[in-house]
Amino acid sequence: MKVKGMLVGVVAVAMAASVSACGGGGGSDSKSKTFTFANIEPEHLIPGNTNDAYGLNVETALFDTLMALDASGKPVPQDAASVESPDQKVWTIKIKPGLTFHNGEPVTAQSFADAWNATADATNGWGNNYYLSTIEGYDDLNPESGKPKTHTLKGLKVVDPQTLQVTLKQPFSQLPYVLAFIGTAPMPKAAFTDLKAYEQKPIGNGPFMMDGSWEHNRQIKTKKYDGYKGPRPAKSAGVVFKTYASRDAAYTDLRAGNVDFDTQIPAAKVPEAKRFLGDRFLSVPSGTMDFLEFPLYDPAFKNPDLRKAISMAIDRQAIVNAVYNGTFKPTGSLLAPIVPGYRATACGEACTYNPQAAKQLFDKAGGFKGTMHLMFSNADPTYEQWMTDVANQLKQNLGISNITFDKVQASDYIGRLIDHKGTGPYRSNWTMDYPSPEDYLTPRCSKPSRSGYDGTACEALIMKANAAKTPQEAQQYYQQAEDLVLKDMPLTPLWNWQDQAGHSSHIGGVHADPYVTTLVHLDQVTVK
Amino acid sequence: MVPVLIGTTLLIYLAVFALPGDPIRALGGDKPMPPAVYASLRHHYHLDQPLIVQYGHYLWGLVHGDFGETLNGQSVGDVMKTDWAVTARLGVTAWIFELVVGIALGVWAGRRKGGVVDTLVLSGTTLVIAVPTFVLAYCAQLIFGLKLGWFPTAGTDDGWPYSYLLPGIVLGSASLAYIARLTRTSLVENFRADYVRTAVAKGLTRRRVLVRHTLRNSLIPVVTYLGVDLGHLMAGAIVIEGIFNLPGIGGQIFTAIQIKDGPTVVGIATLLVLVYLFANLVVDLLYGVLDPRIRYE
Repeated sequence: MKVKGMLVGVVAVAMAASVSACGGGGGSDSKSKTFTFANIEPEHLIPGNTNDAYGLNVETALFDTLMALDASGKPVPQDAASVESPDQKVWTIKIKPGLTFHNGEPVTAQSFADAWNATADATNGWGNNYYLSTIEGYDDLNPESGKPKTHTLKGLKVVDPQTLQVTLKQPFSQLPYVLAFIGTAPMPKAAFTDLKAYEQKPIGNGPFMMDGSWEHNRQIKTKKYDGYKGPRPAKSAGVVFKTYASRDAAYTDLRAGNVDFDTQIPAAKVPEAKRFLGDRFLSVPSGTMDFLEFPLYDPAFKNPDLRKAISMAIDRQAIVNAVYNGTFKPTGSLLAPIVPGYRATACGEACTYNPQAAKQLFDKAGGFKGTMHLMFSNADPTYEQWMTDVANQLKQNLGISNITFDKVQASDYIGRLIDHKGTGPYRSNWTMDYPSPEDYLTPRCSKPSRSGYDGTACEALIMKANAAKTPQEAQQYYQQAEDLVLKDMPLTPLWNWQDQAGHSSHIGGVHADPYVTTLVHLDQVTVK
Repeated sequence: MVPVLIGTTLLIYLAVFALPGDPIRALGGDKPMPPAVYASLRHHYHLDQPLIVQYGHYLWGLVHGDFGETLNGQSVGDVMKTDWAVTARLGVTAWIFELVVGIALGVWAGRRKGGVVDTLVLSGTTLVIAVPTFVLAYCAQLIFGLKLGWFPTAGTDDGWPYSYLLPGIVLGSASLAYIARLTRTSLVENFRADYVRTAVAKGLTRRRVLVRHTLRNSLIPVVTYLGVDLGHLMAGAIVIEGIFNLPGIGGQIFTAIQIKDGPTVVGIATLLVLVYLFANLVVDLLYGVLDPRIRYE
């Protein structure tokens, strides 16, 4: 029949056209000893350019760094044989012999130098550029204006294939921590012949190697690297990073038994997950924290008593219970609990909920005139939820009747804050790069300051800590710096995140470790 | 068609790039971005040049088949290719489903107007239209995917068609409701026509009358809807793609708009314009086939 025939014809053509490029199935193989890890699409897979957790997850499998963090968060040698310095300024790094990349190239001092030079070079515009700013010669690769005239760091010297000498601009005792950060992983020479192609199939020096290319928005398959001679060989045949559009989608698959690991169970699903997973549910403290930061360039917020009053009027526990199902932990420190030097009582009274004292202090500071704007980005619906609770608490406890929300497009948010266009107290967040107080305190005290805070005094204390001869001395100075910032309160700590994770019953060897991005050591996981 | 295409892409390009906001700054997130890195990235994406020069770069790339670079360095063309393959499969699955089942239900209901089937179809379709798509999606995923295990819950692992069946059915269900009702109403109307009375009086079976005469006429509004709906489906269903974890262009363009990834937004929007134009063309051509009174010289 003509109409039907025409319709069928159109349908057939459309089908053929769309199915012709069918990549087809590719489900996980249950016979081999590989396991799956739920991930979201990474932005990058080159260590020097990766600062999103999803890319870091994959790189933790593919790359080994000079140092690693032990169960208590202390740096211990991994690919390095030793990392030493007499004065915290000139460091001698000795690399273990016999280590290779996945393509057979040896891991040498040059491999690290090449990677760090590329990362520090502004021409490449890589995301972890900032972490090499302590090395001498960094400023030549990042000039205020114009293009860099050189592309290698003066402070990096390859003494011999197994020895790298690093000269810093100033003493920096925390360098071993930075060397444990995946962003400082080495890169083989093969990478630099074609960086774009390299990113689609990175060649690293870790226990897992790429099995095929990066399948965007679908998965990243890795297999065990048989030639691995490092300290953490894989106990499975490989790990497949399955890419999900959202955390909800990943959790649905965990429930359906289609994925072995999910390290980002949404807070709303946690009660159900606990019931369903039983002892396969893990709650791991995270280094991520939320703050409420104040725009000190706005005269309305100049008075530190006002800021303290606002801090004391916020019932952190109630918000965490309501918005995050009680999965986050209110905190009174600028550091996460997993950072050495953390003190739960650092902030003390100023971060403890006390509506009466808050009102007294508020009145003493002269109150607040006009409309208060609370600013946050639209990246996640929970931000508006907890800001609503904060607004209600401020109304109730301090009597601020006019509060409005400035919900900013996520892509504009940071830019506006950097340009000092904050309209009122705003949401601020920090994710840990390495478990040192320096990682948390430097952004608060350095110039230019996002909040407009004059951190000269606390920056001086941080410098003293960086130059300290012993970890205890360093810790003392870092704590003094933290105390100073908390006293001035350009921002107030709200809560510390907890990662909610779960795994299937097909895998063993699961030990939660908050110091590794994947929350468990992938190399130790076994497949039943 | 070509002027429409060029005009639309220019408008979309201007809209995306002339908006305030700085996607480069957002790339670093909360981590510090040194001014030299910022300047270097801006230069790489030509953002430090006037808008007309940027558009010139973009057009020059288009001529070479290069749709530009996403904010994390991938080729927009590659991204669109892989994502649209998924959306196209989902769209076609939904379309076939709503075409076959929708018309069948509509015919069944229309033949026995006022009967049990008719009432069931009418009330069923009302329900489907009333319930939001995401509710249907979550329920379907929970019941048919998780609890009963008839379909995969999410992802594209089982390939075409298995991974796309459940999302396709959910996606097509709202349109199916419209098609069933359209077909039914159109059919009922045509049954009252004089030529039907003549045909029955001549002695033709009801079936022949239906299939050979009335159905063809009744399908004109339905085909219009189907054609437009195909374009609409191919444009990607963000919610369905998100819930069923299908990496299509719906989610891609949503993210790209959020992070202000200009080349991706323009590339995908241009593709969508093409799809809609093509769908309209197909509908126009089909009119001529269905109704002899409408013919193109």
